[in-house]
Amino acid sequence: MADLTTNFLGISSPNPFWLASAPPTDKEYNVRRAFEAGWGGVVWKTLGEPGPPIVNVNGPRYGVLHGPDRRVLGLNNIELITDRPLEVNLEEIARVKADWPDRAVVVSIMVPCEEAAWKTILPRVAETGADGIELNFGCPHGMSERGMGSAVGQVPEYIEMVTRWCKENYDRPVIVKLTPNITDIRYPARAAKNGGADAVSLINTVSSITSVDLDLFCPQPTIDGKGSHGGYCGPAVKPIALNMVAEIARDPETAGLPISGIGGITTWRDAAEYIALGCGNVQVCTAAMTYGFKVVQEMIAGLSDWMDEKGLARVSDFVGRAVPNVTDWQYLNLNYVAKAKIDQDACIKCGRCFAACEDTSHQAIAMKPGRVFEVIDAECVACNLCVDVCPVEGCIDMVQMRPGEVDPRTGRTVEPDYANWTTHPNNPMARAAE
Amino acid sequence: MANGQTVSGIRAGRLPAGEIAANFGDLHPPLDAHEAAVAADRCYFCHDAPCIAACPTEIDIPLFIRQIQTGNPEGAARTIFEQNILGGMCARVCPTETLCEEACVREEAEGKPVEIGRLQRFATDSLMARGAHPYTRAAATGRHVAVIGAGPAGLACAHRLAMLGHDVTIYEARDKPGGLNEFGIAAYKTPGGFARAEVEWLLKIGGIAVKTGRALGRGLTLDALKRDHDAVFLSIGLAGVNALGLPGEDLEGVHDAVDFIAELRQADDLSALPVGRNVVVLGGGMTAVDAAVQSKLLGAESVTIAYRRGRDAMPASRYEQDLAASNGVRLMFNLAPVRLLGETRLEAVELEYTATVGGRLEGTGETVTLAADQVFKAIGQTLDGAPGGIAIEGGKIAVTGAGRTSLEGVWAGGDCAAGGEDLTVTAVAAGRDAAMDIHAALGA
Ligand SMILES: Cc1cc2nc3c(=O)[nH]c(=O)nc-3n(C[C@H](O)[C@H](O)[C@H](O)COP(=O)(O)OP(=O)(O)OC[C@H]3O[C@@H](n4cnc5c(N)ncnc54)[C@H](O)[C@@H]3O)c2cc1C
Ligand SMILES: Cc1cc2nc3c(=O)[nH]c(=O)nc-3n(C[C@H](O)[C@H](O)[C@H](O)COP(=O)(O)O)c2cc1C
Ligand code: SF4
Repeated sequence: MADLTTNFLGISSPNPFWLASAPPTDKEYNVRRAFEAGWGGVVWKTLGEPGPPIVNVNGPRYGVLHGPDRRVLGLNNIELITDRPLEVNLEEIARVKADWPDRAVVVSIMVPCEEAAWKTILPRVAETGADGIELNFGCPHGMSERGMGSAVGQVPEYIEMVTRWCKENYDRPVIVKLTPNITDIRYPARAAKNGGADAVSLINTVSSITSVDLDLFCPQPTIDGKGSHGGYCGPAVKPIALNMVAEIARDPETAGLPISGIGGITTWRDAAEYIALGCGNVQVCTAAMTYGFKVVQEMIAGLSDWMDEKGLARVSDFVGRAVPNVTDWQYLNLNYVAKAKIDQDACIKCGRCFAACEDTSHQAIAMKPGRVFEVIDAECVACNLCVDVCPVEGCIDMVQMRPGEVDPRTGRTVEPDYANWTTHPNNPMARAAE
Repeated sequence: MANGQTVSGIRAGRLPAGEIAANFGDLHPPLDAHEAAVAADRCYFCHDAPCIAACPTEIDIPLFIRQIQTGNPEGAARTIFEQNILGGMCARVCPTETLCEEACVREEAEGKPVEIGRLQRFATDSLMARGAHPYTRAAATGRHVAVIGAGPAGLACAHRLAMLGHDVTIYEARDKPGGLNEFGIAAYKTPGGFARAEVEWLLKIGGIAVKTGRALGRGLTLDALKRDHDAVFLSIGLAGVNALGLPGEDLEGVHDAVDFIAELRQADDLSALPVGRNVVVLGGGMTAVDAAVQSKLLGAESVTIAYRRGRDAMPASRYEQDLAASNGVRLMFNLAPVRLLGETRLEAVELEYTATVGGRLEGTGETVTLAADQVFKAIGQTLDGAPGGIAIEGGKIAVTGAGRTSLEGVWAGGDCAAGGEDLTVTAVAAGRDAAMDIHAALGA
């Protein structure tokens, strides 16, 4: 059986599945039950300054994007940081950590961008015995209007400055949580590293309006006839987050910086993908909010089974294994030629591949009498659209052409050698091949 | 309960009234909005979808299902009614297992088609629940068409003609319009007076006068009709029934299945409707299955369908055979009746086993006698009342193109005309298409 224990920044947890800072980690009651269910760690719901806590709206705070059968594909929220007093949270954190020494307890913090504010809160957090802190530079709504959250996360200089304050005033690991609401994620990651961060975690939520009420003509969730943008998370954001993780993992300036992956992780497979792209562990919010704490049991069992199948003994054995295979478009092999092939026995004759290819692609699928669909190799550019729209898994395959074969579309012989755009004759900036 | 199931004779109230009422509830209960959304999501929106071609009225099924998916069931209903104004009835009574749902690619893929029939009902019910009629008439053409018979073929034809601006008079022999929708279809397929409500809703288009109690051949002649109208559409169904021609056929307790079913459909109180203790149904079509199942639901102790050929040759679909079996009806194959036994009242049926020899059905000489206090004959209906001089083909009115008969200015469609299966949906298609052809011929 694979060993799922992870050691992230020296913080050990029995598995790589942590609950992200959010409602699931808002209080002792939740966190205890999460640990009982098997979660490896938590990032406590973001704490704010001492004094009167912030207030939340008293109307709906979530919007949703549903798939078939009301499956939650995306969740949008306008919740702020914790609305419970700092003292209560700190006492609870200390108690939980004392009772669960083998689980990771990291405290998320968001206070104003002034050194004094951080100097005040950091020692108090340290006293709880928590394993580390996460700086919430991500929240895209509400707090950002007050100069915190993503308002900091969008300015690399602020990230660096605040991270440095934290490293100077706190002696355990500091994780910087990044906002995706930025053009190039590498800049804030570099800033975090330069400020001394032990790790980055990403993504926080994506600024979003999920839907508009067409009777009220108002964004949802609607509070007394008005709506404001919120933060988007859940399965729908995973592709965005994966790319950002990969960008940081392969950036020479941040290479080796530990990453905690967040965004739409719902199954063991999602987690494995994040880890393969360089994450030392993962954090989950929406999946827990949709299905309850028990989902972690599927994640643990699934990851363990898959690792056994692959002969992977420890999680660290595959961290970042996919990173070398992430490259730029210009380095993709243009001598790689494939053709779609439809398995006639598996085909159910729905014709979706035909409609897609005929109407929006390369007219490379023929519809023959008896609803027989066949690929026309002389037209197929191997775009994969037919594979993607086919309702039958494995029915359409992309078959690689062997070197020496002639591509009936171009009339050219498939070359055995790798050649990319940088050397392609059509590229005005092509360099001579070496 | 005065009479139990085991009391001999033909008696009412074999089951408690509540149980009988429950037995005749909706065979396929309506989908609620969420169920419909889930069912609609299974549609792949196929290219040139095979389900469309499999529907005799060629409803754009993927389109209406997508309209349900997007929260527009009334738009979905309009897509349906565009092609099939009796889409509400068809959603309930079509043997979808041999039509659209058989063609659904998910039937091929998983043996579980998209529930097209129930989705169609969800859509049409949504619109009809508002009571309003979705169509208006084109400017009046001044033309007047006579439609003979107010079954699905006649109603579909009349509606389309009215929509195109023609005036229509329907002459119907019975005292109520609807045809077999009202008098034939199994009660549990269309409960709650739906047939009647649908006709009322359809007639809201305006321009259609329905004259009941007016039968062609009984005081009404084709010549007179042609004189008073610009065109005539014959949709008289199959008003005759085949006889067995066997000894004992006139014994008390021997009935035509269609009469029993019509009586059942018109009964206000099913617990007052008598049925035998031991019922034998002769035949193998939808009528046989409906008579048998409804006898069982009324409380007959034993019900047997005896069909003269093998299971594969049975006109009732496998789904209907299973429906009968699951209701406790016994299906017997390769059995042909030879004699009905009894003094004045029926007591038993004697049947002979059959075999197909050299393509011909022959008796084997071996017989079996089944106790029976009631027999329903369901061995086919026949054309009755077609005007003299009209060409007949295979026992039905011969037609070419969209229902043109051998007589100038006379069209025919539905069960009375040759071609196509005898189904509600086929009748609707024929009526609609004839209307378009009449419209073109009138040059209005
Ligand atoms: C018991 C039974 C169950 C059935 N179940 C189903 C089912 O589940 N699904 C399905 O799709 N199909 C079913 N069918 C078949 C379906 O009902 C018919 O195919 C359909 O009703 C034919 O429509 P039509 O308009 O041609 O004829 P009909 O519905 O028979 O209508 C003909 C009309 O013409 C009238 N008429 C007859 N003669 C004259 C005359 N001389 N003058 C004036 N009016 C006249 C009749 O009174 C009647 O109203 C069933 C049939 C039967 C008998
Ligand atoms: C209701 C809600 C509240 C959240 N509050 C916080 C927060 O206080 N601090 C924080 O760092 N992230 C917060 N998040 C963001 C999550 O921690 C996480 O980054 C994001 O939801 C993406 O992960 P997911 O796709 O697994 O949900 C919140 C998310 C939700 C849905
Ligand atoms: S045939 Fe089936 S799968 Fe295709 S569009 Fe119709 S319902 Fe959908």
